[in-house]
Amino acid sequence: MSPGLIATLAKMVVVLGFLLTVVPVMVWVERRGSAMMQDRPGPNRLGPFGLFQGLADAIKFFFKEDVTPSAVDRPMFLAAPVLALLPALTTFAVIPFGPDLVFHGRTIHLIVADADAGVLLFLALASLGVYGLVMAGYGSNNKFSLLGSIRASAQMVSYELALTLAVVAAIIPAGSFRLDDVVAYQRAHLWSFLPQILGFLVFLIASFAETNRLPFDLAEAESELIAGFHTEYSAMRFATFFMAEYISMTSLSALGVTLYFGGWSLPGVNLPAGWIGALLGFGILIAKIAFCLAVYVWVRWTFPRFRYDQLMRLGWKVLLPLAILNLLVVAALTIAGWL
Amino acid sequence: METAVFALFALLAVASAVVVVAHRNPVYATMSLVLTLFSVAVLFVLLGAPFIAALQILIYAGAILVLFLFVIMLLNIQREEAHHSGQAVQRWSAILGAAVFCGMLGMLLWRTHAAADRPLTGPLVSLKGLASELFTDYLLPFEIVGLLLLVAVVAASVVAKRPDAAPEAAVPSGAEPSEITTGAVTRETP
Repeated sequence: MSPGLIATLAKMVVVLGFLLTVVPVMVWVERRGSAMMQDRPGPNRLGPFGLFQGLADAIKFFFKEDVTPSAVDRPMFLAAPVLALLPALTTFAVIPFGPDLVFHGRTIHLIVADADAGVLLFLALASLGVYGLVMAGYGSNNKFSLLGSIRASAQMVSYELALTLAVVAAIIPAGSFRLDDVVAYQRAHLWSFLPQILGFLVFLIASFAETNRLPFDLAEAESELIAGFHTEYSAMRFATFFMAEYISMTSLSALGVTLYFGGWSLPGVNLPAGWIGALLGFGILIAKIAFCLAVYVWVRWTFPRFRYDQLMRLGWKVLLPLAILNLLVVAALTIAGWL
Repeated sequence: METAVFALFALLAVASAVVVVAHRNPVYATMSLVLTLFSVAVLFVLLGAPFIAALQILIYAGAILVLFLFVIMLLNIQREEAHHSGQAVQRWSAILGAAVFCGMLGMLLWRTHAAADRPLTGPLVSLKGLASELFTDYLLPFEIVGLLLLVAVVAASVVAKRPDAAPEAAVPSGAEPSEITTGAVTRETP
């Protein structure tokens, strides 16, 4: 194996390890966070502060009976959870997670896929996530599931537009689709969320819709659709959808902090070279992502669910025009040389 | 290793394309089309054009086919009945399409067999090259395509707007088709 391949494999292990660790931690944060906001203790028995609850949940999911209803469309039903998880796991590949590392005389970029079209690859892979939901709904042969997946497909296509336009505006000043360059630009200037507060708000709202989180969780909507697209799923297959949701939240947060909050860098701080700098960079990125994930939890337990027509109206009549406006303003400012 | 990846995804692209045409269930056909587009995108990456690959997935697999699936599930299209296929029009258009495809393929092979292994990574497929070509040499066609798409959007919203709906039942003007139709599916789904 060539050293380049080994380096890539090592980076993949780091990223996958991080993403898979996020899930049990987030389950704990979500349950304790909701309990705190609802003035009840929440899971506090297992380990310090109930920290091992996520582990217990995982074990429970593994050992529960995995029911496949007899009327389902088997290939679709079985493939859907995997298809939901795969895009969530792969999108992080284009996020830079630290400064360059010099190792045995080789410079290693701390990014798994250092492609020219970085951001576009992220958006492309993320846009495939909807198929898992759609196939789950169709394959389940259940009206609640089907309704959930129809909602999911319309919602995700609608909010993808606003999200993509916000992302495009965010990378215009840097002049590159490569997220490394976006981070470098923000280190040289200032964090993009200040000049682009409008674009950041559009990005934030659209990312709630893209991940099917609460103000926009119309695809699940447990009070109307039982559990929406995953009504018929149980045990580990259900948990796979669960993981997909948390991991896509993590990846989208990573994109958000990279575009608007300087990624792995801090303003005015030059990280030391070598391992310490790389670890510090990764740590800074994780801290920023953790903050975003806390916002996800906070929002989920604060706002009621939108009605479907309100969701569509917000997406098409508010967010999309705002995103276009933001794009025009940013483009004009960039041409004028102010950004 | 590149050859292995190429072989795998080339095979996958062809096989799933056959499934698109052959499968009787439209949802399966659409999902196979997604697989085809994804495999072709992987081939673009192998050719050194990740930008084209990203666009291919983003636009076709990520947006257009989601709408296909949406419509198929909304209209609840069942498997194709036997007597629907095999009509004369279909047969003749299939033959015509196949002839055009073979002709194009023949042209392509005939023209490129001298320089078959020229890589795709020219300035044309890079991000900057493509953008500057589009906005300089091909500006007029580019603008015309934009206008065409605008016309299509206007037409779609005109068609989607039901003229006879009562004021309180009327959907907001210019609304997305999905907004109107999702109300309908709640009544129609068995």
